[in-house]
Amino acid sequence: MSNQIFRDSESDRQFSASWFTGRVFIYSILLLWAFICLFPIYWTITTSFKMAPDVMKGNITPWVDFTPKWLGWRSLGLSPETIGIESTVREEFLKRFWNSTIVSVCSSILAVGLGSCAAYGLSRFNYRFGFMRNSDISFFFLSQLILPPVVLALPFLVLYKSLNLLDTRIGLILLYTLTVLPIVIWIMRDQFSSIPTELEEAALVDGLSIWGAFTTIIMPIALPGMVAAFILSLVLTWNEYFFAALLTSSHAKTLPVMVASQTGSQGISWWSMAALSFAAILPLIVIAIILERYIIKGMAAGAVK
Amino acid sequence: MSIEEGDKLHVVTADDISDNKKRLGKFLVWGSALILALILFIQTLDTNAYLSLGLETWRPSLYAYGLWAFCLCASQVLTRGEHGKRVLFVLPAALFVISMVVFPLLFGLVIAFSDWNLSSPDGRTFNGLDNVRQMWGDPFYWNALKNMVWYTLVIIIEYVIAFGLAILLNSHIRARKFFRVAFLLPLMLSPVAVSWMIGKSMLEIRFGPISRFLRWLASEPSADLPAILFYPGMYISEIAQWFGWASPSFFGSAGIARAMIMAMDAWTFIPFMMIMILAGLQAIPRELYEASEVDGASRWRQFLEITFPLMLPVSITAVLIRIIFKLKLADIIINITSGGPGGATDSVTSFIFREYRDRSNVGYGTLLAIVYLVIIVIAMTILIKLADKWMKPRY
Repeated sequence: MSNQIFRDSESDRQFSASWFTGRVFIYSILLLWAFICLFPIYWTITTSFKMAPDVMKGNITPWVDFTPKWLGWRSLGLSPETIGIESTVREEFLKRFWNSTIVSVCSSILAVGLGSCAAYGLSRFNYRFGFMRNSDISFFFLSQLILPPVVLALPFLVLYKSLNLLDTRIGLILLYTLTVLPIVIWIMRDQFSSIPTELEEAALVDGLSIWGAFTTIIMPIALPGMVAAFILSLVLTWNEYFFAALLTSSHAKTLPVMVASQTGSQGISWWSMAALSFAAILPLIVIAIILERYIIKGMAAGAVK
Repeated sequence: MSIEEGDKLHVVTADDISDNKKRLGKFLVWGSALILALILFIQTLDTNAYLSLGLETWRPSLYAYGLWAFCLCASQVLTRGEHGKRVLFVLPAALFVISMVVFPLLFGLVIAFSDWNLSSPDGRTFNGLDNVRQMWGDPFYWNALKNMVWYTLVIIIEYVIAFGLAILLNSHIRARKFFRVAFLLPLMLSPVAVSWMIGKSMLEIRFGPISRFLRWLASEPSADLPAILFYPGMYISEIAQWFGWASPSFFGSAGIARAMIMAMDAWTFIPFMMIMILAGLQAIPRELYEASEVDGASRWRQFLEITFPLMLPVSITAVLIRIIFKLKLADIIINITSGGPGGATDSVTSFIFREYRDRSNVGYGTLLAIVYLVIIVIAMTILIKLADKWMKPRY
């Protein structure tokens, strides 16, 4: 028998037990919340492969409860058998998908372009515009965030009608740029103020113009921030429904409007709605998984000063 | 717009701008302004039938405005050289926002005081304060405003959940990347898709998994279960039956329907607050915790004395931004309940949306929106002032 010289005293053992229960507690809450977050997505994916009896019976696990079928995707024209042949539903879906892509990408690029320049200017120079100083101009930009979309919606409806911009992608792009611009300025201002001015001073001494210094020296450094701002804008504009529902009807309709218009009808075919919803959220899920770092960085930008 | 001395980035520039350039710049601005005014004038005459050019849209005026904006930017560089180039950083964004916000808002004010039904052929007629009177007597609008107060108050609960999750994510855990991505995903989903995925399918009364789960809870446990499972099962089923889960309904009664909308909105936006708070937590220096551990502080004391006070500025920012987003809440309501039952879930935005969709009543809808804006601006100003007060250090 060996005598242990150093023993864990009673209090140490208690500590490890409480540490263990703490771990269990933390992980069970985290797993519970992860389940809450992921289950609706899982439910949508599996439902898109179900048939009517599977939905009625509430089968959940594929291959155990039910055999996956391409029913939902066939109705969208996206299943393996139908992908080769012509399908009006698929045409429609792809058109809406393309509209959403164009509108969200263009407005995000425009917002990041305009917003970065403005944020850079505001972080480097002192402007005076009438009674407005730098802080007032910043506040003017950021205060647009408070503006609820409903205030602009009806005037824009009438204005766009007289400008013949109703139901055009350009009209949506302009409006979406406006809605995400304050967020971009907020993120980018934070970015630029963390870059030391000595960098540009050196570049200016070496003979670059201020715009040259901005594009060749500062922009590459601020690129992660710009990517973050771009992705956040992309998410917001891709998901936007309110303006799109009011201002588009047939030509420029975006994906959310298409999804919403399908849900209204009675007797929803669950599998095809699930397939459509999942197709609508898939791009953003992919972006979230790949570029999660940037999204978190963008949202955290304003939090920590 | 001019630049003051004392820039953060100080540059000595020797600008030598010739008179010709200055003249050219001035000429550009005033010339394009003249063109804009001329086109606007002609178009006004045209729409009022003094002229018959047959212009169908106001596009020419839009193009003239674009030209003027471009000339304004160009002339800044021409007349003011290096200073003009700096102004060029802010000027395009400022022009864009002013033309996209200030002009429509002024236009909206005009619409708000007129009777304008887009589907009627009469067009717009001023009706003075009639819309205000109508709003005063509109119980549904006041009801929607009251709902907004409820929706906003729930942010406190969302904040508590987000704070808790952020603390858990900040502790030493494995698979942190997985949890971060999983927690982030709801934020990525479009509210329209969420309203179908959760509101219309998972909360469906007959086949939805949640109602099925609740019914399962409410059902009597089968008798051949071992006693250790049978008796708790009985209790659970009794409690569940007391809640009425034997035949659950989610959008039937006012209170539950509102709670469901709140829950779905919270589901999408809790990640947003969580990430802001997490960023704040990670910025707290570790030494503070180490020092407090040496002083013998318990976990709870640490939270109360270090974490929470240090997180106050971040928390307030997160909550304020969340309030701003919450005030825009509409998509889920429009798509699931369209305000029902009896306006119990209506937000102001969804109410005005239906006011336009069902009755094409642009004038009244705009007035409601502008009143809403005024209320928001006043409330947010008060909130920000209060927040400034709270954020001042206590010691």
